[in-house]
Amino acid sequence: MNGRDPERATVPPDGRPLAEQPRWRHDFPIHLPEDEYVSRRDLVKFSVLVSAAFVVGQFWILAQNAARRVTGRLPIREIAGAGALPVGDSLVFRYPGPHDICFLARMPDGRLTAYSQVCTHLSCAVIPDVPAGKIRCPCHDGLFDMSTGRPIAGPPQRPLPRIRIEQRGSRVFAADVEVSAI
Amino acid sequence: MKGPKFARHERMAIVSGIAAIVLTVDVLQLWLLTATMNAYMGRDETVLLPAGIASVVCLLLNLGLLRYLYALDR
Repeated sequence: MNGRDPERATVPPDGRPLAEQPRWRHDFPIHLPEDEYVSRRDLVKFSVLVSAAFVVGQFWILAQNAARRVTGRLPIREIAGAGALPVGDSLVFRYPGPHDICFLARMPDGRLTAYSQVCTHLSCAVIPDVPAGKIRCPCHDGLFDMSTGRPIAGPPQRPLPRIRIEQRGSRVFAADVEVSAI
Repeated sequence: MKGPKFARHERMAIVSGIAAIVLTVDVLQLWLLTATMNAYMGRDETVLLPAGIASVVCLLLNLGLLRYLYALDR
């Protein structure tokens, strides 16, 4: 006979008043329904905090975008040794910063083309195959078209950032980075 | 005039429902954040502000539910 009212879950199991209970029941009360109710409430509070964090992240991206607009044009830098690059070959250079690895390739028709070497999937270093006109990512078998930089196979979804090249006589310069979403 | 007073098991059900909605909205916001980051990296600026506004709306919905939860306990 233990017809306990769920509303009175704090009543001790033997039914006696709290004043008659041993000291340890006062010191270590276990009120399971209350405990469950409080923990779910805390879950909701924490989830709302996570929601606020996501909003902060969104506006952080907006701020980064605004800062990127203000930065202005990238510097023009000479690519060493590019003038003598043979057809079907490629070389690695850094642009615009020392940590931005790019490659320059001389296509079969003699044109120079350059892209960032950072795969748009998970940032592995891509490998140009100039004779085949393809750029391969060895990590997840991604494939890009050498003439457009667009992904043609594998997990990458965005084209490789193209480096705008300027030729002044035998000297070759990297002038800008062109990023596109598609 | 006070609102209806719920029994504890009824409040438990309401809190569980609120938790489910809040968690679903959180998942939606996570998707919004990843889509925004992808657009930012691809220099597609058109979606950044609408996604930010949508995320704020989701937060306001969650805050409204949290406010109701506090009111439930009073």
